[in-house]
This record gives sequence, C-alpha cells and structure tokens, in this order.
Amino acid sequence: MHVLAARPPSWSGFGIHGNWDVVWYYTVVHLRITALALALGAAVAFPLGLAGYRWRRTYPGILGVTNVLYTIPSLSLLVLLGLGFGLGLLNDRPLIVALAIYTLAILVRNLVEGLRGVPDSVKDAAAGVGYTPRRSLLAIELPLAVPAIMAGFRVAAVSTISLVSVGGVLGRGGLGFLFFEGFRRNRTSEIIAGIVASVLLAVVVDIALVLTRRVLTPWTPARAARR
Amino acid sequence: MSTFGDTIGWLTTAENWWGPTGILQRIEEHLQYSLLAVGLAAIIALPVGLVIGHTGRFEHGALGLSGAARAIPTLGLLVLLGRWYPVQVGPVIIVLAVLAIPPILANTAAGISGVDPAVRDAAQGMGMTPTQVLTRVEVPLAAPLTLAGIRSALLQVIATATIAAFAGLGGLGRFIIDGFAVRDEARVYGGSIVVAVLALVGEGLFVLAQRSARPAGLRRRRAPSPAVTVPIPHTAGGVST
Repeated sequence: MHVLAARPPSWSGFGIHGNWDVVWYYTVVHLRITALALALGAAVAFPLGLAGYRWRRTYPGILGVTNVLYTIPSLSLLVLLGLGFGLGLLNDRPLIVALAIYTLAILVRNLVEGLRGVPDSVKDAAAGVGYTPRRSLLAIELPLAVPAIMAGFRVAAVSTISLVSVGGVLGRGGLGFLFFEGFRRNRTSEIIAGIVASVLLAVVVDIALVLTRRVLTPWTPARAARR
Repeated sequence: MSTFGDTIGWLTTAENWWGPTGILQRIEEHLQYSLLAVGLAAIIALPVGLVIGHTGRFEHGALGLSGAARAIPTLGLLVLLGRWYPVQVGPVIIVLAVLAIPPILANTAAGISGVDPAVRDAAQGMGMTPTQVLTRVEVPLAAPLTLAGIRSALLQVIATATIAAFAGLGGLGRFIIDGFAVRDEARVYGGSIVVAVLALVGEGLFVLAQRSARPAGLRRRRAPSPAVTVPIPHTAGGVST
C-alpha cells in the first residue's frame, strides 16, 4: 500500500505528544491486515456457504470444521501457520491467514442462515415468473440475505480488529506492535494509545458497515433488528 | 523439515514434561488461571443473566454490552496490567474474567427468555410457585445454552491465558514467549501445539457435558438448529485470542 512510508515512524519519548504519526501508521497497518483477512475469509466462506445451502447434508460437516478451527487459540494457530506451512513468521501472511480462518465460522453460518431465512413463497414466486434456480439465487435470495450476511460481517470485522494485536507477540500485528513495544520499553502511554486506537478503529469500521448495509438494502428500515 | 523433527523431539523429551518449568506444571498453571477466571465470571454473570432473562429487562443493554466487549483488545489490557502489576495473578484473573462475562451472561439471558411462554404457563397451571417455575423449568431448559456460553468463555480464556506469560506469570504462554525470545523454534512450536490440544480437549469435554445437560424430555428430538444452539460468536483474543 502506498499510503505508508517505506520505513515505519518510531515512538520517541514517553508521552503521546509528537507520536501521532506512529499511532496513525500502525492504525493503517491494522486496518490493512483486517481488510485482507476479511476479504480472504469472505472469498472462502462464500463458496462454502453456498455449498452448505445448496447441499443441505454438507452443512453440518462444514459448520463442524469451521467451529473446530475457531477453537484453536490464535497465538497457536499463528505460530503453527508461520512455522508449519512455510508462511514465515516475520511477515503478516500467517496472521492474515489465521484471522481469515476465524472469520469462517461466523461468515459461513450467517450466509447459510440468511439464505435459509428467505421465505419459500418468495422463491416460489421467483420460479413462477420464470427465474432459473441460479438467477433466483443471485437476483432474489442473495440480496434478501444481505442483512444477515452483513450482521455476520460486522461481528467478524470487530472480532478481527481486536484479534490482529495477537501478532504483536511476534513483533507484527498492527497496533498490537505498540502494546508489546510499549511493554518492553516501559512506555505505558504507547500501550494505552494502541488500545484506544484499536477500540476506535472497531467502532468506525462497525459504523461504516452499518452504513454499507443501508446502502445495499434500501428496502429495510434504518434500524434493522440485529441477529 | 528439521523444525518438525525438532518439535517432535521437544514434545517427546521427558525432561520437558516434568519439573517446576515442565509442560505438566505449565498446563496446571494455565488451567488454574483459566478456571479461576471463568469461575469468577460465572459467579457474576449467571445470576445477572438469570435476572435479565427472567424479567426481560435490560435485555438490549446486555446484548449491546456483550457486542461492544468484542471490540476491546484483551491483549492490550493484559499487557497494560503486566506493566502496572508485574507478576501478580489477581489483575490477570480479573481481565480474563471480564473477557468471560459477556458470553455467559448473554447466553444465560437468551436461554431463560427463550423458554416457550406456553411451557411457563403450563408449569404455573400445575401449581408451581414462581420460584419453582424458575428453578425447575426455566433453568433446566436454559442449561444447554448456558453451558454453551460457559464453553465459549472457557475457550476464549484458555486461548488468551497464554498472554499471562507477558505479565511475568506462568502458563503455557511461557514456551511461546520464551522460545521466541531465544529463537528456539521447537519450543515455540511445541508450546503452541500443547495449547491447541488443551483447547480442543476442553471443547470436546464440554460438548459431552452439554449433551448430558439437555433435559431428558428434549433429548430424543432432533438436535436444535445451529442458529439456536451456537452461542453468539465471541472473540477477543479469541476467538480464541
């Protein structure tokens, strides 16, 4: 990403003063890791969810696998991906893959439940006016499932943002880097800055996703019930 | 893949398992922190969840709070505590408990308030007192969901407790953090495997417990749909931090 300077700015002194550029830098890194993990997770969850919806028997199996993966502690998964699958430990790739794996449990479930929530009468009506099953899925069922899909996306996004920091243990992890560097260098303000920035980022992203859903589903009331 | 061989070697070396800094000792510490934290969380969250579910008040507030709790970077809080109160178990337990409260509270409340009103009416009609309705009908019917909440809390806490090592404490995180510090990959890798296995075993035990907690009258029916049994997904470090 070209938004970032080639060399990360470093924290100087003990207060937040003069270090806003550092916080901003790691916030952008944090957001980038989150976005890549969500994109990767969604790219995998979409076909899995459609398969679970289309072939009902596969769904418990798919759900079971994603739930077991969700159970593996993140630090473990991160280390195992980095060392075991040759992704390396000193870059963000294992972190992005680990975070993407965690989003699957949430994204797949919400996609399938959202699609299943489309009333049969609507599907019958679509078939009645000549929609092929594929067109019905793309033009009718998926759009109607958007609120549920977006609800899952919000949970996944907020969870991912709070999880990115785990990479800080290994010297990565966006704002998590500030936690662990602040710890090593005895700079409490650096840790607090990281925590506050992480919470703010989660809130901003959540609001952005709510607005996105409103744009995507103009027919729903502004305050849709959360699942 | 020498790393793989080294890891197997590390995991199969007897000295790594026994002694005051051995794997068994670390597992014990890890479970100790985790169970204390979840126990503390349960003491607070179960009665509050019960009241919220039974009265139907503050339900939105409770759900909103548990949603908002997801945004808190637990790791950051633990690191901050490690800085303020190094090598003290209490503060770490409290942060871990804070992490464990939302899933237990939200699931207990959802379980109680989700009891079919007709069932409640029937219990009343049979002459049960309000207390009996609560303890003999609502609590047992909510038990599977409550247990699901405790399960997801425990898993998150087990996962996050690895970071206790940063606060100068024990637990399995020591292998990952110390191993990383001295570039001993086998130790980092081996420690990670032990944490993952611990979490998976915990999950398995809980699935069994949940099955036996389902009231006998409901047992023969089809398993409820995942939308009902799976708790609201939570994470903090964890999904498993």
